[in-house]
Amino acid sequence: MADRSLRTTGFPRGAVLPLAAALIWSAASAAGFLSGPMAVSPFEVILTPFVDPSGRELWMALFASIARVLAGGALGGLIGLVLGYVAGMYRIAALGLAPTVHTVRQVALFAWIPLLTAWFGNGESTKLVFTALSTFFPLFLATEQGVRQAPLPLIEAAQTLGLRPWTRVRKLYLPAALPSIYVGLQIAVLSAWIGTIGAEYAIGNGRGLGSYLASARDQFRMDIVIVGVFALAGGGVALSAAVRFVTAKISPWSQEAR
Amino acid sequence: MNALALEHVSKSYILEGAERPVLKDINLKVEHNEIVAIVGASGCGKSTLLRLVVGLDADYRGTISWGSHNKTALSKVGMVFQDHRLYPWLTVQGNVDLALDDTSLSTTERRDRTSHYLRLVGLADYAKAYPRQLSGGMAQRAAIARALAHEPEILLMDEPFGALDSLLRMRLQDELLSIWEKNKVSIVIVTHDVEEALYLADRILVMEPNPGRIRDVVDVGLPRPRDRADPAIADLKRRCLATLV
Repeated sequence: MADRSLRTTGFPRGAVLPLAAALIWSAASAAGFLSGPMAVSPFEVILTPFVDPSGRELWMALFASIARVLAGGALGGLIGLVLGYVAGMYRIAALGLAPTVHTVRQVALFAWIPLLTAWFGNGESTKLVFTALSTFFPLFLATEQGVRQAPLPLIEAAQTLGLRPWTRVRKLYLPAALPSIYVGLQIAVLSAWIGTIGAEYAIGNGRGLGSYLASARDQFRMDIVIVGVFALAGGGVALSAAVRFVTAKISPWSQEAR
Repeated sequence: MNALALEHVSKSYILEGAERPVLKDINLKVEHNEIVAIVGASGCGKSTLLRLVVGLDADYRGTISWGSHNKTALSKVGMVFQDHRLYPWLTVQGNVDLALDDTSLSTTERRDRTSHYLRLVGLADYAKAYPRQLSGGMAQRAAIARALAHEPEILLMDEPFGALDSLLRMRLQDELLSIWEKNKVSIVIVTHDVEEALYLADRILVMEPNPGRIRDVVDVGLPRPRDRADPAIADLKRRCLATLV
């Protein structure tokens, strides 16, 4: 919705509400309604990532988290894509895989952390595996469904044309599944972002936005906590926009059709 | 030797435990370069018959043989459906190139071959276009180019012009005949349009439903180009319709 109003009117109507909130917040802190160690003004918050020595660490933390999303997401996404493809193509694989995946998916994502830390320790591998896991499920489901929904008329055309198996993958099933995979990718990238931050926060050590937030909270640095929350939102928006940008680039046939 | 021979071909579906015959004892021989039309009311199994011939359905009794060589159906048969069935994510050229997937041609040879067939159907300027950018008639011509590109001995067409308006249909019928003259192939065309059958075919099989069977075989035997208003065509039309209606 916000996107559309931006495009059609030229005026960012979506920005009205946050700006008003910031205005009320500044007024309240200037008038002294907000006081005590937990109260910070918006002005302080804006400056924190640039002037404050601890605040400046935000950028490294943000970078580390995004790198983790990309690495873990690539790992889990690729496995989800391949297994989803197999499950979508072969009934026997779907029968064998789907019940397990659907049951395991019911485990709340963060309930995996105790198990993963027990298996992989308190370091980087647990965070990567957790991010991979949070990316795997949406991409598995989206790919499976997309492949299964490949139109029968086009499958029959492939048969009459005698397409070889690998050509069917490249020229039929993957392109047919692409719209569904794109939706899955949108969900997966946000799931990976939340998963990464969550794992960093829960495990607490190493670089990353999650552990950065956790230590700021422990040190009662409310300005950094608020900056961190904004960075979290900004990172999610940026990743989501990046996925939209990339997916729009690689499906030229669908752009004008819709 | 025939390009295609069907002997005692029967097919039935099992519906609610009962066997329902859809095709009963079909015998058909198609000679090289012959155009055979199959007409019949909907539900007479004429599309099912093509699906058996092209290999989309292997569940039938009787024998189907494709030409003299001991090849499979796919290398001998090209298929055009009523809907063009082009892949929306490939260009017209990419779609035609699909037909060459199972060949040992080099990239250059493949490009030459697709260009040749696109020229043949008058789409040389649209090689880089996507299917959605084509009109219905152009898309169907692209589908014909795709079916011809691997140079089959038999071209099967399932109501290929059924979704087009009548003027365009007549134009594409003429185009089909000129392609056929340049590329001697056998054509089996399924249609519900008796005039189309009479304009195109050497021989017309008139089918009857429940179960689908051949009721009449009409030898057209008129020289081409034919005049759509020829009284001889009108006589044959009367004969076909007497069986059909």
